[in-house]
Amino acid sequence: MRLIVILYLSFLLVIPVSLIFWRTFSHGVAPVWHALQDPAMTSAFRVTGIVTGISVVIDTVFGVTISLLLVRYRFFGRRFLDAILDLPLAISPVVVGLALILVYGKYGWFGGFLERHGFQVIFALPGMVLATVFTSLPLVAREVMPVLEEIGVEQEQAARTLGAGPTQTFRRVTLPAIRWALAYGVVLSMARCLGEYGAVSVVSGRLVNKTQTLPLIVDQSFQNYDVTTAYTASFVLAAIAIASLVVISLLRPKERA
Amino acid sequence: MGIDVHHITKRFGDFVALDDVSLSIPTGQLTALLGPSGGGKSTLLRIIAGLEEPDSGTVTIEGVDATALPPQRRNVGFVFQHYAAFKHLSVYRNVAFGLEIRKRPKDEIRTRVMELLELVHLEQFADRYPAQLSGGQRQRMALARALAVEPSVMLLDEPFGALDAQVRRELRDWLRRLHDEVHVTTVFVTHDQEEALEVSDEIVVINQGAVEQTGTPSALYDQPANEFVMRFLGPVTHLGGHLVRPHDIDISLTPEPATHAATVSRIQRVGFEVRVEARTADTTDADEVSIQLTRGLADRLDLAVGQQLWLRASHDASALDLTDTPALAVS
Ligand SMILES: Nc1ncnc2c1ncn2[C@@H]1O[C@H](COP(=O)(O)OP(=O)(O)OP(=O)(O)O)[C@@H](O)[C@H]1O
Ligand SMILES: [Mg+2]
Repeated sequence: MRLIVILYLSFLLVIPVSLIFWRTFSHGVAPVWHALQDPAMTSAFRVTGIVTGISVVIDTVFGVTISLLLVRYRFFGRRFLDAILDLPLAISPVVVGLALILVYGKYGWFGGFLERHGFQVIFALPGMVLATVFTSLPLVAREVMPVLEEIGVEQEQAARTLGAGPTQTFRRVTLPAIRWALAYGVVLSMARCLGEYGAVSVVSGRLVNKTQTLPLIVDQSFQNYDVTTAYTASFVLAAIAIASLVVISLLRPKERA
Repeated sequence: MGIDVHHITKRFGDFVALDDVSLSIPTGQLTALLGPSGGGKSTLLRIIAGLEEPDSGTVTIEGVDATALPPQRRNVGFVFQHYAAFKHLSVYRNVAFGLEIRKRPKDEIRTRVMELLELVHLEQFADRYPAQLSGGQRQRMALARALAVEPSVMLLDEPFGALDAQVRRELRDWLRRLHDEVHVTTVFVTHDQEEALEVSDEIVVINQGAVEQTGTPSALYDQPANEFVMRFLGPVTHLGGHLVRPHDIDISLTPEPATHAATVSRIQRVGFEVRVEARTADTTDADEVSIQLTRGLADRLDLAVGQQLWLRASHDASALDLTDTPALAVS
């Protein structure tokens, strides 16, 4: 049983990821360094950073709000909302991208209106943020909800009787209780946002130096036989994801003890 | 003054948890809300605290209409059965919570918290976390935390319900002594009649969303308003169509006026007391009559199974004539 798990992890995860690291540095550090200086690459860094940053903030605020709503309140349609929360994970990101174009594109039913007022969504950052948020939306909520459920309402009610208003109660009692689940959800969501490819590739238009993100660069440079750039971008993406997971798992047990 | 509850009704869906309940809880006393599980005790307590909203009716706390006030403005202390300790805060910070919310100066908080920790005998545990405390210690911490903000009323929902019998008894006596020191109007919920009789100044019996009776422990025990209260406050048995307490039955070995003839069917010695089961000829006493007597008396009477006895309710005993209350089923 354990052997199967080890084999599975090796072939699916460890070997491919290690190969990327190895290939990236197969000609030493210099080409990698050079690739990182490329304007297309620095632009992709910037775009990825902006899109991920905004998306993670939206995901976090939305995730905490919807978790509180679903766990702490009983209202008509609650179970339906709970069920469709996972929809973004179930739908293919490419479909999400297309749907966004249908709504916000130049000839979409809302996009035309926005564009006439000087606000471009598709083939620009707002559309990319929308696409990224959509595909990563439930991640924070799914981490936070079970913990909210587990801690129950009594600590919050105790805080209320001790004189804390709803905001103070959230800040002093609820937030500290969910902080690790929240941190984990944020990291997951960040990793997902960094790596989002399908939906973003449809709505971004892949304009070099403008709307190209790291995953798009990986794909494009790979198609163009520019393997150094492809590997370098891949390496950066994988390294950030692994680093954040490591940081979280190092922090977590210390807190629990 | 104290707490006044006026015509409170609370429904959960179709289920009526509280049905037009009115109640007056005097200032400075220790009042028990006693009743069977599901009777609505917690719901009533939570409505007083503002943690639950009534469908109709009003709550007045120390003369202030609190019905529309959120819990944080009612100045009540609430203690939960499962402590509701803030797990991420030390014992000290737990107790300081309400004072920190009120933005009191640091050294005032320090003095007050240490004073309270001393009161609940937790001064050496100030730096621990709730997870490192026993259940009894956690509940004492919760009490100190609630007392810290000098609430005008303390509400305790089965505060000792999650503790074992020994600790429960200790804390119960301790609560009584604490109340004699602090004198804050206190309401505590329990479904343990012994706890209510021992600790409280006043008992409110609640059953199926309605108040059955209110009074001092001895008033309730000696003059129960109905069969439910009588049954709930202690053991009962039937004799000659009356409900009486097993220790309120006089036994004689010779026939006397107004007695019921009976035959001993079982004798059981439990520590210092002796329980006797006897069968009467009276058809209204469906079950056997239970009699409770002291060991000394049992030895003097020299009882034996099969022996003939004559029974009668002691003249000062509380007894309910079952024919007066036909609405209540006799089980
Ligand atoms: N939030 C709720 N939703 C639905 N029904 C509820 C809710 N809270 C309480 N009830 C119902 O109301 C009734 C009274 O509940 P309550 O908790 O007040 O009883 P209690 O007297 O405190 O009982 P116990 O001794 O078991 O704690 C119960 O039948 C319970 O099922
Ligand atoms: Mg209860």
